[in-house]
Amino acid sequence: MRAITLLGPQFREPNLAPVLAELGLEGALVSITAGWQEREGEIDELAAHVGRDVTDLALYARTEDIFARDRQLFDSYRARQERLRAMQDLYRLQLEHARSAVRDVWNYGADPAIARPARRSALGLMRRLDREHALAIERVHEEFDRDTGSGGRTEIARHREQLAGLIRPSTAVLIAGGHVAILINRMRLLGLADLIANKPVLAWSAGAMAISERVVLFHDSPPQGAGIAELFEQGLGLVTGVLPFPHAQTRLHLHDSAHVSILARRFAPAHCLTLDHGSALSFADGRLARAANSWRLTRDGTLAEAAPT
Amino acid sequence: MNPEIRQLFAQGDPAPAAIDAFFAAARFPLVDPRGATFVYRGAADAVLLRLWISGLPAAQPLERLGATDVWALHMELPENSRVEYKFDVVRGGASEWITDPLNPVKATDPFGANSVCQGHGYRRPQWTQFDPLARAGSIEELWIASREFGAPRRVRAYVPARFRRTRRYPLLIVHDGDDYLRFAELKVVLDNLIHRLELPPLVAALTQSPDRLVEYAGDLRHARHLAHEVLPAFGKRFSLRDEPAARVLMGASFGAVAALHAAWSHPGVFGRLLLESGSFAFSDIGQHRRTPVFDPVVRFVNEFRRAPGECAQRIYLSCGIYESLIYENRSLVPLLAGRGLQVRFEEARDGHNWENWRDRLQAGLTWLLPGPLWMVYE
Repeated sequence: MRAITLLGPQFREPNLAPVLAELGLEGALVSITAGWQEREGEIDELAAHVGRDVTDLALYARTEDIFARDRQLFDSYRARQERLRAMQDLYRLQLEHARSAVRDVWNYGADPAIARPARRSALGLMRRLDREHALAIERVHEEFDRDTGSGGRTEIARHREQLAGLIRPSTAVLIAGGHVAILINRMRLLGLADLIANKPVLAWSAGAMAISERVVLFHDSPPQGAGIAELFEQGLGLVTGVLPFPHAQTRLHLHDSAHVSILARRFAPAHCLTLDHGSALSFADGRLARAANSWRLTRDGTLAEAAPT
Repeated sequence: MNPEIRQLFAQGDPAPAAIDAFFAAARFPLVDPRGATFVYRGAADAVLLRLWISGLPAAQPLERLGATDVWALHMELPENSRVEYKFDVVRGGASEWITDPLNPVKATDPFGANSVCQGHGYRRPQWTQFDPLARAGSIEELWIASREFGAPRRVRAYVPARFRRTRRYPLLIVHDGDDYLRFAELKVVLDNLIHRLELPPLVAALTQSPDRLVEYAGDLRHARHLAHEVLPAFGKRFSLRDEPAARVLMGASFGAVAALHAAWSHPGVFGRLLLESGSFAFSDIGQHRRTPVFDPVVRFVNEFRRAPGECAQRIYLSCGIYESLIYENRSLVPLLAGRGLQVRFEEARDGHNWENWRDRLQAGLTWLLPGPLWMVYE
């Protein structure tokens, strides 16, 4: 049975080492720190915390190398990213209006029996936008893979072979947080989902987002902009049924019950789960089996202790 | 008058012990939703409130309450206001300006300290206060040769935590940089906003002119110094992004004039401006009414208003509504927006002071240089 664990932020108060011990995972580890970008591979602190050697897979550097050697692939990749960016902008424009309607309908003080259909209808529009956006993203990725034949390209194949050699003898794969777009794009380009299949995985923050089914960007009080959570990407789908929200205590208005309720309903049937310092969500065969220090956002706007699904 | 002090004196002069107890328990000035009551206790012939609010008298007398040694003055103060003040205590014909002995909240500036009245609703932003969790950047010192000024200039550099040569950074050039550090907590603010991912990691050049009233007043030597001396020196020392959108000029008061002037006289070099309480004095007709030190400023601003050009792509302006400069700043907004520039203007219920400028930094900087908040989950 494959063990996957999602953790909260590991800055200052890491809980990775005790979780590894709890899982009985001894031996060599490999790490993915592509989300750290130019700091990729600076894993001294990480190695000191887990008390053993860690080999970084250097996905960020490998992708730079691939792009430098395969300009055709790089051009296609850049064109894909520009297309995705424009799609994201268009989706966001629509989302702002839909979110505004949801908020207004929620704040309208009508009898619940009268308000319920209006709420459902307003939220339905948001869900539809999310769904259509997800499908459009999926099509873009399929098209890219088909047009570039990315899996079979020489440079990618060369690096995949090296990665397989590094991953094979390892006990577990660690996936750190950081820039979620960079992390997921590089993991996808190098086909990491296949390469780490059957290996225990411990992923935190952006790493946890990247290996879920969907990546949702969020912050309720950014200094600029409306702060509307937005679907951003398909995740690698190593775990199902949950949507992780790292740094939820600082990024989400968890005391705002209407807001919590809207988030929970919008992304249902996935369970919206908080990932803060000390959180640990253990999955067996892709389903949540054990949860510690994590809260589930509920439809009634409260927080419930995360529990197996 | 504040209801609590009115209550204290409702039955005539209270006993000294009752006054003592009231003073021990209260926080001064006494703030309520309608305003603030400034209170002084002590022997005096007169006590005046000295503050810097354009439109109000510079000195307002406190009233002696009964035959006691308590003096008070109530002032209407809109929600979220922040006012700096002093007491002018007159005894035996001599006048002494002092900070409020009953109020521990003070603000410092190059001229000393003032007491601060934090009006109802005002809260010092959390991001202006030291956060032990935020990774700290460092301050370095550079000496930059200057042909413009004929002698090397010391410029401090703010270097963000986790600086890496392999990454390219935006550059923020700050006028009165030492003062921003000392009086507006600039280092704490940058550390916090970068840590919170609201700003990208950036390098800041903290310039400090030895003769700011001349060099900041539309002086081409200063503009050339920034564009041709500071910019290349920082580019050589640090790895910087090479596009105008990643170069921000910032300043307050005369420093804002200098920032605008440097961008205007070097189009295409600086793409972002953060201008706080700019001393943008101008004259549509006739002479301006400010002191002669403003003569070159007015010449520049008049010229700028005639032909703003493409001075920057994005400009953040702020000004306190209690400042005399509010009119000049407000009138700049439609002028800039009319040129198709992206302009954001923020007014605060505050004055011409460093804490006002500190409190606006988040809104200004994060708009000019948005951080990776939306994408990064560490």
